[in-house]
Amino acid sequence: MQSWRESPGVVVVLLAPAVLWLLLFFLIPLGFIWVISFGERAGPVAIDITWTLANYRDAIDPLYLGLFTRSLRIAAISTVIALVIAFPVAFAITFASPRLKPILLLLVILPFFTNMLIRTYAMIAVLRRNGYVNFSLEQLWEAGAFALQPFGLAGMLGERFVPLDLLYNNTAVVFGIVYVYLPFMVLPLYASLERLDRSLLEASLDLGASQFRTFFFVTVPLAVPGIVSGIMLVFIPAMGTFLISDLLGGPSSQLIGNVIERQFKAANNWPLGAAMSFLLLYLTFVLLVLRAWFEKRDRGRG
Amino acid sequence: MSKLPSRVFTRRRLVQSGVAVAAVVPFLPKSLAAQQRQVVIYNWDSYIDPGSIPDFERQTGIRVRYDLFASNAELFGRLRAGNPGYDVIFPTNDWVARMIAADMLAPLDHGRLSNLGNIGAKFMDAPHDPERAFSVPYFWGTTGIGYRKSVVGQTPESWSTLFTDPTHAGRIALLNSDDTIYAALKYLGYSLNTTNQSELDEAVELLIAAKPRIRTFAPDNGEDLLLAGEVDLCLEYNGDILQVMEEDDDLSYVVPQEGGLLWEDDMCIARGAPNVEEAHEFIDYILDAENAARIAEYILYPTPNEAALALLPEEILNNPAIYPSEATMAKLEYARYQGEDVAKMYDDALTRVLAA
Repeated sequence: MQSWRESPGVVVVLLAPAVLWLLLFFLIPLGFIWVISFGERAGPVAIDITWTLANYRDAIDPLYLGLFTRSLRIAAISTVIALVIAFPVAFAITFASPRLKPILLLLVILPFFTNMLIRTYAMIAVLRRNGYVNFSLEQLWEAGAFALQPFGLAGMLGERFVPLDLLYNNTAVVFGIVYVYLPFMVLPLYASLERLDRSLLEASLDLGASQFRTFFFVTVPLAVPGIVSGIMLVFIPAMGTFLISDLLGGPSSQLIGNVIERQFKAANNWPLGAAMSFLLLYLTFVLLVLRAWFEKRDRGRG
Repeated sequence: MSKLPSRVFTRRRLVQSGVAVAAVVPFLPKSLAAQQRQVVIYNWDSYIDPGSIPDFERQTGIRVRYDLFASNAELFGRLRAGNPGYDVIFPTNDWVARMIAADMLAPLDHGRLSNLGNIGAKFMDAPHDPERAFSVPYFWGTTGIGYRKSVVGQTPESWSTLFTDPTHAGRIALLNSDDTIYAALKYLGYSLNTTNQSELDEAVELLIAAKPRIRTFAPDNGEDLLLAGEVDLCLEYNGDILQVMEEDDDLSYVVPQEGGLLWEDDMCIARGAPNVEEAHEFIDYILDAENAARIAEYILYPTPNEAALALLPEEILNNPAIYPSEATMAKLEYARYQGEDVAKMYDDALTRVLAA
């Protein structure tokens, strides 16, 4: 029997729905936005396409560049934290018993059962002054004060419990991004660790390398494709987020995503919003090109 | 206030991020629509009493389809690429002007609005639509300071409580919208419609200097932060604070002495509305004194319907959080739509404050 791979007709038929979908709902709308980014507003709704570069000039105004930088910083910090948390999780799932593995994987994707907006609101309920974290801390405080009372040390913990301001700052934004995008880091890491040839780890340990050395000089390098994918999947959406910074952020948490969102909504400045979106997109392309370059280099070496 | 019904008012609640408002207007096929008259309403959430729609349907035999939006920007965005089938919409005054400029509204036929005379004369002469050719007022309101009485103590009579006073540092929420710029301009004694860049710069500098004392720039949920105890003072819309005052006696609302924003939500017919006749009937039903009074008593916003005012209980009319005094009214100002370039000036000012 002829393999379906050798019959171009089958490939075309199989790919057609996905290609059509991407074309209709991704590339064509994106094309519209790209064209609008070269437009000029001629009224509240009308946009004349004059192929002006003015929107890009406006978008690289120091005001907005500062926000690009802030978004880069927050996205980078969040990505690193997500990687540090996700790696041991992925590692543990890889080495879990076959019976436990599907359950652990289900737990990782469980948050997707709820809408991201709802989950972010839930974080407000957890982190606010009368939220669950502060409630637990207050219980601990009361228990501590009660325990210290016989020793006359009750005053040591302060007059009364002062709730922590956990919300409305950049830490809360980073926390929210890590929380929402963590599964996107765990899954590609798991995929690449799962494929990893375990005899290489055994060889390393047998030949006298410590667990520590084996982890950093054998496991991690072999997991690089997963690490790179995970970084992409977390960093890129984190760069464009506006919801998390809107709901959890403080007075200095405005990200470039918030400005872009406002251009398409309250500020009603689509050409500027489109230009900013494309600057963000070009940045993503640069990252993808870098990834491709890394992969090519690694393959060349291997 | 004990007689007032207690429930949650959510006109400008935080749903603009897209949860509540994904509702899609279902369309009847043409043949069916011809048999049953209908009207499609697009309004703010919780901005009408529960009885009016069934009552209107009973009285007129017109079937009402009701859809909700959470912000003017959302309403505008929905109509931007052409009317998807809405008849009566409820934009705020400056957006009414923007929509008139964008040719998104259909002219009203005053001959079909028999109750239009109920609207107070001062509302008929509106700067954003002088002849009321496209809009009739639905409700109006103010922006001011919502605060926790037991913590703040004295009534915050001035915007300085939010912008310069260090007493409540870290316990203040402003809004992440032009409303914050408007309040700063009023505090500085300028018009909130200024197009003078140096006045706007002053407002920006005032707000940047205040930032260390600001807990957050809320996406229009200042009342929730106030209720949850996250902040003790917030810049908000009167109706939003009134809703949480229902839940917590310790909260109050004041329009500072420097004045603030006066806003008005209108009933308009969207350009291309499929049921223009029914839309007029619906608007006229709302303009009826008894109907307007019933809605006003339920949602607790001030009504522009003079005939309805006569039917409202004293406790509502004498509540300064709902109906400000004449002296306060004199210091309030409508936000005007002054074209997209001025809109960009204000957005840039806001971005500068939030980016600093």
